[in-house]
Amino acid sequence: MEKIIESTELTKTFGDFTAVNKITFDVKKGEIFGFLGANGAGKSTAMRMLTGLLSPTSGAATVAGYDVFTEQEKIKKNIGYMSQKFSLYNDLTLMENITFYGGIYGLSNTQIKERGEKLIERLDLGNIKKKLLKEVPLGWKQKIAFSVATLHNPKVVFLDEPTGGVDPITRRQFWEMIYEKADQGMTVFVTTHYMDEAEYCHRISMMVHGEIHGYGTPKELKKEFNAQNMDEVFIHLARGDQYNLK
Amino acid sequence: MDRLKGIIKKEFYHIFRDKRTLLILFGIPIVQIVLFGFAISTEIKEVKVALLNQSKEVSSHQLVNKILSTSYFKVDEILENEEAINTSFKKGRIKAAIVIPPHFEEDILKNKEAKVQIICDASDPNTGTQIGAFLEGQIQSFLYENAQKTFGSSPPIQINTEIQMRYNPELKSAYTFVPGLITIILMLICTMMTSIAITREIETGTMEVLLASPMHPSIIILGKVIPYLALSFSIAVFILFLGKFVFGVPILAHFGLITFEILLYCLVVLALGIFISTVAKTQQLALMISLFALFLPTMLLSGFIFPIHNMPLPLQMVTKVIPATYFNIIIKALMLKGATISEILKETLVLAGMFVVLVGVSIKRFNIRLG
Repeated sequence: MEKIIESTELTKTFGDFTAVNKITFDVKKGEIFGFLGANGAGKSTAMRMLTGLLSPTSGAATVAGYDVFTEQEKIKKNIGYMSQKFSLYNDLTLMENITFYGGIYGLSNTQIKERGEKLIERLDLGNIKKKLLKEVPLGWKQKIAFSVATLHNPKVVFLDEPTGGVDPITRRQFWEMIYEKADQGMTVFVTTHYMDEAEYCHRISMMVHGEIHGYGTPKELKKEFNAQNMDEVFIHLARGDQYNLK
Repeated sequence: MDRLKGIIKKEFYHIFRDKRTLLILFGIPIVQIVLFGFAISTEIKEVKVALLNQSKEVSSHQLVNKILSTSYFKVDEILENEEAINTSFKKGRIKAAIVIPPHFEEDILKNKEAKVQIICDASDPNTGTQIGAFLEGQIQSFLYENAQKTFGSSPPIQINTEIQMRYNPELKSAYTFVPGLITIILMLICTMMTSIAITREIETGTMEVLLASPMHPSIIILGKVIPYLALSFSIAVFILFLGKFVFGVPILAHFGLITFEILLYCLVVLALGIFISTVAKTQQLALMISLFALFLPTMLLSGFIFPIHNMPLPLQMVTKVIPATYFNIIIKALMLKGATISEILKETLVLAGMFVVLVGVSIKRFNIRLG
């Protein structure tokens, strides 16, 4: 299958500190790829390099076929990004947010209107269309943020801990939306803290101290460590065990 | 272009939906104008004086009439003895006391030398000195007129000084505060508001999303500062109009040149705001830096309130790096003296230089931040 992200020994150092150390992995088209790791393991740094927000120090990587060293502008046109913090504007209405984000990704007014209406219909938000987003509950906001981040139909969407602080039902609905997009051929690159969510991913990688210590399908990883669930896998890996699918 | 428009539009939503922003944008200029225009007056006008006239002769009354013939002074109290002077001062009713000794007339006529004592309240030294000088001037001109009347001739030798108060003949304080306010308010809005607007996006995480979008960072920043540039410019125009039509301050220079200089200054202080946002990580810090490291020094050191040449040398050096110092000179020269570009070229070039340096440093810092 077509590889949409390919990383070979990608490294980022800040002075003496190596935040990301020679990570090698790939993500296939339409895949839901879970990017796991404890706080400070280097997930965000790696993600920032792949989204063109940060220049790598060494190694090689392409996203949607473009080089992360030299073609950051082209990468940005082909990806969607949802940050850890709520990344829409609370003092704008739902439709104003949609218009703004559609605009910065270069969608035409008709496209914005069409896709905006579809989005509102899909999320059943017709009644809050004209409300400021600060009046909307958090769980809804995360779903809106995801929909807005994929409004321009990017090849890959990067989600940085999208379900933090969200209730279980909303989280479930959120993952349904992720599956929907993946079925349409969009690649989803997601970081999370919730190990049950890791099970929803097609494949995952687990970062420990800037390196990838676990890489494979959830099933493979569980089998390797003889673990009941991903929680146990996480604990094994955090203790220093490694597993790499070749 | 459409993307830029989108950001500008969004920024206007932010501005007009945030009460605090609106308060700073429109409240501060209005409060400052009212304060400086009506409450804080440094002019000598109807100053209350007390009079202790121990002479009670014709000459002394003529002297008093002479002093009161202008609108500058008003007798508040006629005192009977010297002790009363102190009491009046302490009560704060009067700013100066005039003591005319007994035998005043006799001294003038016989000895050709008379004494009048002027006591000023110097707890406010500037006003005290000013009032003293005014009173002395009135007494001198009385003496001159009186000598002509009594002896039919002028005193033997005299030099007539004629002081012309050019550019502000009536010594109105509005002539200083209107240009000064434009300087201060533009700085406040451009620097403080932009630095806060940018750090807010960094703090809420939306900046990261914008940077991950195909928009070039310069477009993002441009879109964020253009609304503030437009608002500052309209506020500057508003103050100019108020100055001209309410406070009677002239605007003598060419309109195009004034527009150019205001825009140049706006750009410098906007760049300063952008620079602050690359240093400060939170809105709170940006606000603190803007207020305490910029606003207060600008207010005190730009020459708006205190004359720069009276400051100690180290402080004078500080004034040299404050953009407002140069703009204050420029805008005063333009409004009051009708200066042309060649007369303010040096200050204009300094501002242009500051702009280039600030933008350069900001871009460098912005790139460091992105890694």
